[in-house]
Amino acid sequence: MSPKLPVIDFEKIKKVHDAPLEEFYTSGHRTCQGCESALVMRDFAKASGPRTVATGATGCMYVANTSYLTTPWIIPWMHTQLGAGGSSAIGMAAGLRALMRKGKIKKEKINVINFSGDLGGGDMGLSGISGALQSDYDLLIIMYDNESAANTDIQATGLTTYGAQTTFTPPGSKHRIMHRRWKKNVAAMLAVGHPTCRYVATASATFPALDFMNKTRKALAIGGPTFIHTFDPCPKGWDFHPAYSRELGELGIKSGIFPLYEIIDGQVVYTYDARRKGRIPVRHYLEKQGRFAHLIDEDVDYIQKQVDVMWNEWEVPGVAPFKAGLQVAAR
Amino acid sequence: MEDPLGVATVATASPVWEREELLNGCQAVAQGVRLADVDVIAAYPIRPYTEVMDALSKIIADGQLDAEYIIADSEHSQFEIVKHASSVGARAFGGSSGTGWMFGFEALVVAATDRLPTLFIVGNRALDDPGAFGVEHNDAMALRDMGWLLCWAATAQEALEHVLIGYRIAEDKRVLMPMALAMDGAFLTHSQHMLKVPAKEAVSRFLPAYDLGDRRLHPDNPVSIAPQVNEDWVMELRRQNWEAARRAKGVIAEAYEEFNTIFGERYPSPYFDEFMTDDAETVLLGLGAVCMPARTAVRRLREQGKKVGYINLRWFRPFPTQELRASLGRFKSVGVIDRNFAHGSPDCGGIVFQDVRSCLYPLAKRPAMVDFIGGLGGRDLSIADCIRMYDITAKAARDGAPEECVTWIGLRE
Ligand SMILES: Cc1ncc(C[n+]2csc(CCOP(=O)(O)OP(=O)(O)O)c2C)c(N)n1
Ligand code: SF4
Ligand SMILES: [Mg+2]
Repeated sequence: MSPKLPVIDFEKIKKVHDAPLEEFYTSGHRTCQGCESALVMRDFAKASGPRTVATGATGCMYVANTSYLTTPWIIPWMHTQLGAGGSSAIGMAAGLRALMRKGKIKKEKINVINFSGDLGGGDMGLSGISGALQSDYDLLIIMYDNESAANTDIQATGLTTYGAQTTFTPPGSKHRIMHRRWKKNVAAMLAVGHPTCRYVATASATFPALDFMNKTRKALAIGGPTFIHTFDPCPKGWDFHPAYSRELGELGIKSGIFPLYEIIDGQVVYTYDARRKGRIPVRHYLEKQGRFAHLIDEDVDYIQKQVDVMWNEWEVPGVAPFKAGLQVAAR
Repeated sequence: MEDPLGVATVATASPVWEREELLNGCQAVAQGVRLADVDVIAAYPIRPYTEVMDALSKIIADGQLDAEYIIADSEHSQFEIVKHASSVGARAFGGSSGTGWMFGFEALVVAATDRLPTLFIVGNRALDDPGAFGVEHNDAMALRDMGWLLCWAATAQEALEHVLIGYRIAEDKRVLMPMALAMDGAFLTHSQHMLKVPAKEAVSRFLPAYDLGDRRLHPDNPVSIAPQVNEDWVMELRRQNWEAARRAKGVIAEAYEEFNTIFGERYPSPYFDEFMTDDAETVLLGLGAVCMPARTAVRRLREQGKKVGYINLRWFRPFPTQELRASLGRFKSVGVIDRNFAHGSPDCGGIVFQDVRSCLYPLAKRPAMVDFIGGLGGRDLSIADCIRMYDITAKAARDGAPEECVTWIGLRE
């Protein structure tokens, strides 16, 4: 049974060669080689085009992008505070709407976008993003998730993968694993909690090709507040050679540790259905990153088990952690 | 401002006051916001300022103001919404009290460093813990070093008028600083006054449209705002803020002159009001609603032949250094009433005391100075308290300031 999805009227990029050539995030930044978060910037700006205003929360995508008064931004961009992603988008959207309604500026569609990191958006700014997703403004929040507070030298966040070594969670002789939190499920949490938000998605900048750009366009086209969570391999924080960024993203998705989906008007559409396509063992993903070098088989098995539960036992596999069907558990 | 006909025509052209109405301080501010035709309002509840937002929501619901009204999820979000609305060129309004003000403080700091001329109301309230609803000035005072315009209204009429005056000064191209308008919780926020409400037409002559110019965030003006600067430019940026605050002095003078021209001689001086100071030897200086009992105390003491006066300080930032120096230098002793505290500061005095005393230091002939900490957490400062403060200050005129120059007024000991 295929669900009936609303038709989103957007300009789809069908082939790589059809992607716009024009760049709105260009030279002038000093992000690391192989930085997938930088690619998220480049792609969302390309997909949204010049009639856009953006704010960026504090983080690598602020500090490494606009160092020493330089800027890679061709579109208008403004810094916002670490936890202010959602509110910055509301402020801009509200301002523009009021000015247009009162005839103070020309009426037109202006894309309002905020990007925040996993710490800024997923931890500190969660309440503000929730506020934004409850509003009736047209806005898009992109939470670019490099799984650490990267800018402050790689500290664990609520979205860091279980077991990872970070500067706040170093393995030691007494405690092998200092990071014992399971990754926070932000996209689904926001979708579940904001039933009038019409579009929530997870994405990777590079896998499948063009997917993130098209999701950006869908989010902007459908109207109202929308949210995209991107999965961004970070060579510095994850400790791997920059040449493998794209591959790691793909492995993360194929292993099922980062589920790729859209929730459109409450309906889940898998971008990569790990149940049908089969999941590769998470080991193949973990073992390529220095941040997991201290894990022993037991730890890898634990992570694998959790991922299996996500896909095999959750009512909405990979998305929502409700189990046991629609029956309410007996007391 | 540009009205070539100036004063003469104003009184006759059309009435500058629309109506008289009994309003409390919060409702008065809401009327100011309506008259300023604000575009975006962000609200979050905390006593005592909340009623400003209650009143505004009704004004909008009744179609008297066309504005976006956003109920934020926290003060931090509330202030960021206001800040970013301002960045796209919308006139924006926010406010808070006490602990809510502190919760959003990060956003207040950047509103100043981003040079966004929003207006915030502070219904002064004691900081937790333990909870208290009453007035205390430490919330708003925390802004004093942050590059804000900061002033206190003493009456509901002043509160309404300073929304208009505030936007005009803040948005002036020579200034571009956010403005905090403080008013004492309960004593002003919730006490009713007969008010004259300005006419819209007169307000539009006084307050030009907000124009952020080439810093406005819009696709037609694709700027990057606040890129990271590190050690390279911070000094210069701080200095630019400083220069703006200096230029604000001139802009403030212009704004009040224009206000007086349009609405009648309302403000003899922008920065502070003097009451019975002409031949005074001893004065008290305070901010906000304490001016009421203090002035009554002055009248009573004058009946006894005592040469006392009162100075109601309105503007705290920019601080009226020259003006206060010139004024206070005339007196034998000055007592400062601090409805706040500056723990661990010189002599463990209040914030206003520290600034006023430092301001007077270069004078060859300085008045003896004493400080009073009182009215914290909403405790009443009575006429009798004021008389006691005058007595202590007058004694300092005779004997010089005592070693213990700070007195807590109305403290249970
Ligand atoms: C209120 C506040 N607290 C702490 C910081 C310090 N800080 C700057 S960037 C950053 C990390 C942000 O992490 P994330 O949002 O994941 O973005 P990333 O750096 O990983 O791109 C922190 C903690 C700050 N700028 N503001
Ligand atoms: S540390 Fe990670 S997120 Fe930051 S610039 Fe480098 S690769 Fe990108
Ligand atoms: Mg991060």
